[in-house]
Amino acid sequence: MPKLPAPPLPAPLKTPPPLPGQGNGEAGPLEDAKQAGITVVDWVDERTSLSGAARWLMFRKVPKGTNWFYTLGSATMFAFLNQVVTGVFLAMYYRPEPAGGAYESVRYITNEVFLGQFVRGMHKWGSSVMVVLVFLHMGRTFFFGAYKYPRELNWVIGVVLLILTMVMAFTGYLLPFDQRAFWATTVGVNINGTGPLIGPYLSDFLYGGTEFNATTLSRFYAIHMLIVPGLIAALIGAHLYLVAKLGTTAPPWQKLHKRHELIETEV
Amino acid sequence: MNQREKEEYLHDYAIMKSQGKPFFPYAVAKDAVMACVVMAVIITLSLVFGDELGSKVNAATTSYDARPDWYFFFLFDILRIIRTPSIIQLATIGIPTLCMILLFLLPFYDRGPERRPERRPLATTAGIVTICLMAYLTYQGAHAGTPDALEFATPKAVIENGPAAVEKWNEGRLAIAQSGCEACHTIGDNGNPGPGPNLTHIASRLPETAIARTLVNPTQPMPSYKNLPAKKFNAIVDFLSQLK
Repeated sequence: MPKLPAPPLPAPLKTPPPLPGQGNGEAGPLEDAKQAGITVVDWVDERTSLSGAARWLMFRKVPKGTNWFYTLGSATMFAFLNQVVTGVFLAMYYRPEPAGGAYESVRYITNEVFLGQFVRGMHKWGSSVMVVLVFLHMGRTFFFGAYKYPRELNWVIGVVLLILTMVMAFTGYLLPFDQRAFWATTVGVNINGTGPLIGPYLSDFLYGGTEFNATTLSRFYAIHMLIVPGLIAALIGAHLYLVAKLGTTAPPWQKLHKRHELIETEV
Repeated sequence: MNQREKEEYLHDYAIMKSQGKPFFPYAVAKDAVMACVVMAVIITLSLVFGDELGSKVNAATTSYDARPDWYFFFLFDILRIIRTPSIIQLATIGIPTLCMILLFLLPFYDRGPERRPERRPLATTAGIVTICLMAYLTYQGAHAGTPDALEFATPKAVIENGPAAVEKWNEGRLAIAQSGCEACHTIGDNGNPGPGPNLTHIASRLPETAIARTLVNPTQPMPSYKNLPAKKFNAIVDFLSQLK
């Protein structure tokens, strides 16, 4: 049976190996439970070989000198997860019916649902936090020259994610269906409509007609909670794969210790 | 970067990586701390500012000041700065598209091997200027009126008819802006030159009833505005019939 590799923990956190003379005799219930867990993991691993991927992803080495700026990417992803979780809860109560329903359901979330106002607030402010983090992450990548060879493709994926985040912000703004939402969206879609060639088609697509009508809201709803989140999740996967594949960049100021020979690591 | 520089980078990076620490638990620990900070910020914002919900949509209002959420203020303000009809498409579509293309292609035109910001003066300056510009536009956008508001001096005849007439005039002005007339018509310094005719002096060519009739039953491709709320429709007709 293959065994999961021990994580390379710092010395103080490591559990010391059992002393000789201990652990002999009958196995206690604790050891039985531990053994059962190992057996289950081994069973899954034997059929999926996932331990290799987990090891490749988690135990890859990160160059020295990576600082707090390097947490902005994962922080953005975490803000996205916050949007997913709070968004799912909002979707349980929201009804995309402009004629009567959308506004009332949002008011119901705010006034009646247990913690509804809090969760809606988290979704609303989470979007602002996510936009800020996306831009900070992009700024870090730009100023550290981290988009250069061999990470060009990851930059392109990142720009797509930035645009999709803005699309989420734009489509989500309409959904509460209050005055602010309606008029901002009307202006926004009309602006799209002034574009050359595809402009009128784009605004017709967004409106589901030539002007704001009954299908507009459900269209924005579908874009906001089906199309774009799926794309974002898939592209985050690709983004992370490339980060793990190409490695986290070293800070541009990081000095290389020349004496050190190139060591092929097992990862 | 030429082939030698690429290989040099990969070689140096492989050494730096081999000298580094494993992602788990070192980087994961930092990420987890940051995730907690993000969560705390979101929860604090939610508790302090809550979720405001305005009044219900009323497509008949003519006096609503449309503005986007703050992260679109920079786009919003470009629309206010560039108003010349002939280049309005530059503002609405041109500049954002150009910026997006420049952003996409960044790694393909900036191919130098240098990564330190202080040794890439052009890139670093461009980055800082972009940030300052966006911050400035966002700040300006936060204090601006609607981007599509018609800028049109109130005619003397309207002012002479008293404040009620001026108010009605302004209602029409806003209704026109909100109905997207400027997408196809020029009105004074606003709007596009075509495909619709110039409306700056429309009232000298058409009487009020003819204007109303055209709005209800227009020539293709102009859409009919017969479904507009009566108040808004009347405001538009009233406005246009003053344009002598």
